Amino acid sequence: MSFPKFDEMRAADGSVREHYAAFQAWLAQQPAEHLAEKRREADLLFHRLGITFAVYGEEQGTERLIPFDIVPRILPAAEWRELETGLRQRVRALNAFLGDVYGEQAILKAGRIPSEAILTNAQYRPEMQGIRLPTDTYAHVAGVDIVRDGNGVLHVLEDNLRVPSGVSYMLEDRRMMMRLFPELFSKHAVAPVEHYPELLSANLRSVAPGGLEDPTVVLLTPGRYNSAYFEHAFLAQQMGVELVEGQDLFVRDDVVYMRTTRGPQRVDVIYRRIDDDYLDPLAFRPDSTLGVAGLMTAYRAGTVTIANAVGTGIADDKSIYPYVPDMIEFYLGEKPLLANVPTWTLRDPEQLAEVLPRLHELVVKEVHGAGGYGMLIGPASTKAQIEDFRKKILAHPERYIAQPTLALSTCPTFVEQGLAPRHIDLRPFVLSGRDIQVVPGGLTRVALPEGSLVVNSSQGGGTKDTWVLEA
Amino acid sequence: MLSRTADHIYWLGRYIERAETLARALDVQYQLSLLPQTPDSIRAGWLDTLDELGLLPEYRKRHGEVTIDLPPLFIAHATDTSMSIRGCLQAARENARAVRGVITSEMWETLNATWIELRDSGSTHRSAAGMQHFIDWVKHRSQLLRGVWQGTMLRDEGYAFLRMGTALERADGTARILGARLATSSGGTAIGGFYQWGVLLRAMSAFENYRKLYRDLVLPDRVAELLVLCEDEPRSLRRAVHDLYTGLGVVANQRSRETERRAGALDATLQFGSTESVSLERLRALLDDCVERLKDIDRRIARDFLVAIEYAA
Repeated sequence: MSFPKFDEMRAADGSVREHYAAFQAWLAQQPAEHLAEKRREADLLFHRLGITFAVYGEEQGTERLIPFDIVPRILPAAEWRELETGLRQRVRALNAFLGDVYGEQAILKAGRIPSEAILTNAQYRPEMQGIRLPTDTYAHVAGVDIVRDGNGVLHVLEDNLRVPSGVSYMLEDRRMMMRLFPELFSKHAVAPVEHYPELLSANLRSVAPGGLEDPTVVLLTPGRYNSAYFEHAFLAQQMGVELVEGQDLFVRDDVVYMRTTRGPQRVDVIYRRIDDDYLDPLAFRPDSTLGVAGLMTAYRAGTVTIANAVGTGIADDKSIYPYVPDMIEFYLGEKPLLANVPTWTLRDPEQLAEVLPRLHELVVKEVHGAGGYGMLIGPASTKAQIEDFRKKILAHPERYIAQPTLALSTCPTFVEQGLAPRHIDLRPFVLSGRDIQVVPGGLTRVALPEGSLVVNSSQGGGTKDTWVLEA
Repeated sequence: MLSRTADHIYWLGRYIERAETLARALDVQYQLSLLPQTPDSIRAGWLDTLDELGLLPEYRKRHGEVTIDLPPLFIAHATDTSMSIRGCLQAARENARAVRGVITSEMWETLNATWIELRDSGSTHRSAAGMQHFIDWVKHRSQLLRGVWQGTMLRDEGYAFLRMGTALERADGTARILGARLATSSGGTAIGGFYQWGVLLRAMSAFENYRKLYRDLVLPDRVAELLVLCEDEPRSLRRAVHDLYTGLGVVANQRSRETERRAGALDATLQFGSTESVSLERLRALLDDCVERLKDIDRRIARDFLVAIEYAA
């Protein structure tokens, strides 16, 4: 089977696309050993800066670098404008959906989404029913995964609305590129992204309970053995807020305090980077030592804002994903600007029957899976692996969705043999509060093994700087 | 500032300073062991050093008998303990990692680079032949780190806790290094005394200061006076305790008054200490008293600031 292929730098006839012309001209002039030296320098710097992530399933505290590639992913201004408009539309609809699901449930009453798909979903949090949140915002930070297919069309692959991560790599990759190749930035009008922490800070302050003037914002981390700890510390530092762990907070009389050297200090906004399940041992998993006992009571009493809100998982659940275009029409009365990837919901017997004979050509994902774990990529799997997966699907079809294997677009990337095309995706970050903000760019992840479509860092993916050109 | 954050910063300061103290203690005994003497007296010197630094039980558990070769390697490179120099730098780095959002990026990068260099250093670094080089490297990195935080950190509570941790550890370290010297010194000739106490001064980077201040021979009483009572000597007990006391003043809260009083009392003891109090006959008692009082102040700092306690807002 052959798919149409799309390369970000070169058109099908091999010519360099216009927005890569200046970069390609520069690249062609660089001696190979100069580039190799720059790549070594980047590795060294990332190590010294301690920009590392921990890997689950390996010895606790194992630190690894995320490979960084020096060829940027470049987006022309016009394409970014379209993408940004589409992202704003999508996130507005998702926030409206969350407010509705935990409020009136109009969309269920209208029959646009089957009630049981929501109410029996583990990601639906009845604890949230009937709470009004400041500015009606649920997904304060969304990391929407965008992929380009072989025909050059951008699709939304996933809406990450729980605790999306990776923004620190967007910022550090830019810093690294400016340090290694300052001359490139005088040749290109690259839209800056460094103000992201400023926007995030303003956004979090805008959603404080009761519109508080000067709220105390904290960033709640699971601690330094978490895979994204570097990012937590980085963002807290860049925003100038306390980086707290569950043990640093306590709740008294429905108010959250942090323990400081001068006694308890009230906390108004918690930017949490731990999952719902671990937030409050009294409300969710009783064995959680990461959370704060009584936090949900304080939350329900409206004395503290949690960002992202509890229960946003119901909107980015893979079984709900096929309904997002319906949400956009239902809440905004608009046509969706960004396409979904066609998706079969295997809970539906008819769709299941369509999928089963085609497993070898499809991608099957666990509805609640994340990070590239628990998925089947048909074309890259053996017969035995496919049959194994078939049994799992048949036992619990409601736990799976299927999608066509997308020929993700490629971008030239340095690998051992030299420059070669590798598959990439893009995660722009969308901030919602009093208004919606998107920094021009995002995190570009690249699958380093030849032919691989899995870009997740936990699966050996790397990153690239993402350039949105201003002209 | 979060109590947990303050705790990490305080210990960050302590571990960096302790690494330097250990390097200096190692330096003294290592230099002395090169002087002509019997193997027994070298072993006795290492025994006193290990004992005074509080490392003897752990050393005995791992290696049994105190030999000539093993103690310096233990003090420098023992793994899986925060007692060795290596362990201190690792613990400092772990504490820094836990608060890397609070300390400056330059601090983190310098400490991280220090740790990576130590971790990846080859066996020459770890051999007896590389000992002097290693000692100098540790002192240099510690001084570099101190320069970085003094040059980059906001003068806020975090800075105060870092200073307090450093000051407490330095006071304790100076008392112990002096104590080890005292235990081993056994009269002898004036020239013997010159070498023994001169090595101590050099290891404390105080030899030139001593000459400048006293313009005199190296006399034990005067060395003790310089390292205990002299306000202008940066590594003296007096200087370190005074830093600790002023640091406490910056972070004071409703609970910490008694701790401040005790630190102030120790400060006064040293400020108004007489030259007789540091005579060789009485020095041991003074040092023991200081170490005990520092322990007490350390416990109280933990109780007043670092251990998170819920009390009414």
